Amino acid sequence: MHDLGIATAIAAAHKDVPSGLLPALHGIQDALGHIPPEAVPLIAEQFNLSRAEVHGVVSYYHHFRSAPAGRVLVQVCRAEACKSMGADALLAHAADRLGCDVHGTSADGQCSLEPVFCLGLCASSPAIAVNDEVHARITPALFDAIVEEARSAS
Amino acid sequence: MTVTLYVPRDCAALAVGAERVAQRIAAEACARNADVRIVRNGSRGLFWLETLVEVATPAGRVAYGPVTHADVAGLFDAGFLAGGAHALNLGLTEEIPYLKKQERLTFARMGVTDPVSVADYVAHEGFAGLRRALSLAPAEIVQQVLDSGLRGRGGAAFPAGIKWKTVLAAEAPQKYIVCNADEGDSGTFSDRMTMEGDPLMLVEGMAIAGIATGATEGYIYVRSEYPHAIATLDEAIRNAEQAGFLGDDILESGRSFRLIVRKAAGAYVCGEETALLESLEGRRGIVRAKPPLPALQGLFGQPTVINNVITLASVPLILARGADFYKNFGMGRSRGTLPFQLAGNIRHGGLVEKAFGLTLRELLYDFGGGSASGRPIKAVQVGGPLGAYVPESQWDLPLDYEAYAAVGAVVGHGGIVVHDDAADMSQLARYAMEFCAIESCGKCTPCRIGSTRGVEVIDRITSNQNRPQQVILLRDLCDTMLHGSLCAMGGMTPYPVLSAINHYPEDFGIEAPDRAAA
Ligand SMILES: Cc1cc2nc3c(=O)[nH]c(=O)nc-3n(C[C@H](O)[C@H](O)[C@H](O)COP(=O)(O)O)c2cc1C
Ligand code: SF4
Ligand code: FES
Repeated sequence: MHDLGIATAIAAAHKDVPSGLLPALHGIQDALGHIPPEAVPLIAEQFNLSRAEVHGVVSYYHHFRSAPAGRVLVQVCRAEACKSMGADALLAHAADRLGCDVHGTSADGQCSLEPVFCLGLCASSPAIAVNDEVHARITPALFDAIVEEARSAS
Repeated sequence: MTVTLYVPRDCAALAVGAERVAQRIAAEACARNADVRIVRNGSRGLFWLETLVEVATPAGRVAYGPVTHADVAGLFDAGFLAGGAHALNLGLTEEIPYLKKQERLTFARMGVTDPVSVADYVAHEGFAGLRRALSLAPAEIVQQVLDSGLRGRGGAAFPAGIKWKTVLAAEAPQKYIVCNADEGDSGTFSDRMTMEGDPLMLVEGMAIAGIATGATEGYIYVRSEYPHAIATLDEAIRNAEQAGFLGDDILESGRSFRLIVRKAAGAYVCGEETALLESLEGRRGIVRAKPPLPALQGLFGQPTVINNVITLASVPLILARGADFYKNFGMGRSRGTLPFQLAGNIRHGGLVEKAFGLTLRELLYDFGGGSASGRPIKAVQVGGPLGAYVPESQWDLPLDYEAYAAVGAVVGHGGIVVHDDAADMSQLARYAMEFCAIESCGKCTPCRIGSTRGVEVIDRITSNQNRPQQVILLRDLCDTMLHGSLCAMGGMTPYPVLSAINHYPEDFGIEAPDRAAA
């Protein structure tokens, strides 16, 4: 099935669940890595909503993305506890290493860098998540090793 | 004889390599023909010691930490399966002072049990509260919660029993219990620990809330940043259903309660209760004006109890041991205990459950051991990103909702973020405004526009463009946000900003301390 077919099928599976839109969007992003803009009218149809309403929801939440991220999604915590342990410098290091800005993707399309506001690891800061796997007490050297490992994982 | 080992599955342990430690222990035991059983427990909350491996010995559980996968072979060589001596041997876990000095009521099972095992939970007083609740009339359950003095642990500290009473009295075809597990505050992780380390306690608390108010469905709204918590909750719920503690006809009482876990999508403001309800209903998480109160018109327009994870998780013990037991901890109108969360630049970061009334200084030094960097502690933000920066002159105040409110600070969810003397308070104030601008739901102008202007004004202050006027402007702006915002996002962002400028004026280039009140 192509992407739009998958998106429609997932939306259809949730349309009768009370408050099913968020779970449907999660399902689509989990399956496709993003929520294709072309899928928005199809999702809207399933839920009997306007396109604007669905677009409004997708664009409101930080978690949802309309374009695919790199294969390796690096999230660096920017919140206070991590700041107190050098998160600003870590984020700068990350941007430098990945060769992209925050919210950007590296030139080879492999890695994307996103800020995150707290991973619940505030007593072991600074913290990052790489493809949803969390890592704490990050130093620049540790950062490089973790990203390298994720890059070379198939 | 089988030796039982404990290797935490809490994500703060996983984040420092607990998975590899567990794998290495299993492999090493196999190679050495040692008969071991590895239990994946929650975390004790002594995070500087993670990965904390425990070995069950006849004398009790012996702790080793922080263990990395590279230490495992050496631990076997040292005979750690019998509690042998090793540089990482910390002695009996329960005797570690950080743990021993605590008053663990809600967190009593944390790190002790297998989080998803119903049998383990029941063996440690689990479901005693639910059984008692099933023997009481709904109004009697609500009375227990009222009498315990339990106030909402999510921030606003509203008495839980009053909310429950309103929902109980409301007439409706369907009522709901909603658990606020959005835990967006920096410095807080007690909700996450509960969901990962003792999720059945939350399940039990929500079932009791349902029975007390006549709600048959509950939703747990968990932030998307917590995938481990979501997975553990799902597993715990399935197990509770299978054992008959959840679902139709709970323990053959004729009462039913169903639980559904919903994943949020990364918006801080969705922790605000009405925005959370909007989000749960599948819309943009924008704050609703109150009234109507969610207790009367909440989820899908029906009467709804909405409580924080720790509020709901405190209920089973209150029912099991009685309201008085719980109420006898604490001071003033702050009853019971709070799981304080020590985070940021602190040597011994972790979870400290104590009765209300201890001081920040005790937490910072007696528990926390001072800063991680070894430099002097300069500022401590209490109560999350909307909480004030508390200067040293106030570190001896008792941690009590009213005592903190009296100095313009908040206890909130009990998150404590420590900064050393390298912190630039003007930049932390700027960050507070920036965070508000990023996370504002946009419904009201003081918050939506004011936060962006706030960043600009702070930039002008720090770059010394018309500094005195800009300081007046910043205070004015904070005043507008404080009084003109619809919710606490815009309404409390001035707390960190004003406390920074009031207590650390030199960081803003203001020479003479500016003594205007916050
Ligand atoms: C911007 C904002 C964010 C909030 N975030 C949370 C949160 O993450 N978790 C929480 O329990 N309460 C949060 N609250 C407080 C809730 O609105 C509400 O007071 C709470 O869920 C009620 O539960 P309780 O009475 O058990 O504390 C937040 C409030 C605001 C204004
Ligand atoms: S204060 Fe901010 S977050 Fe709260 S309702 Fe107004 S705009 Fe929304
Ligand atoms: S502030 Fe970074 S993990 Fe909480």
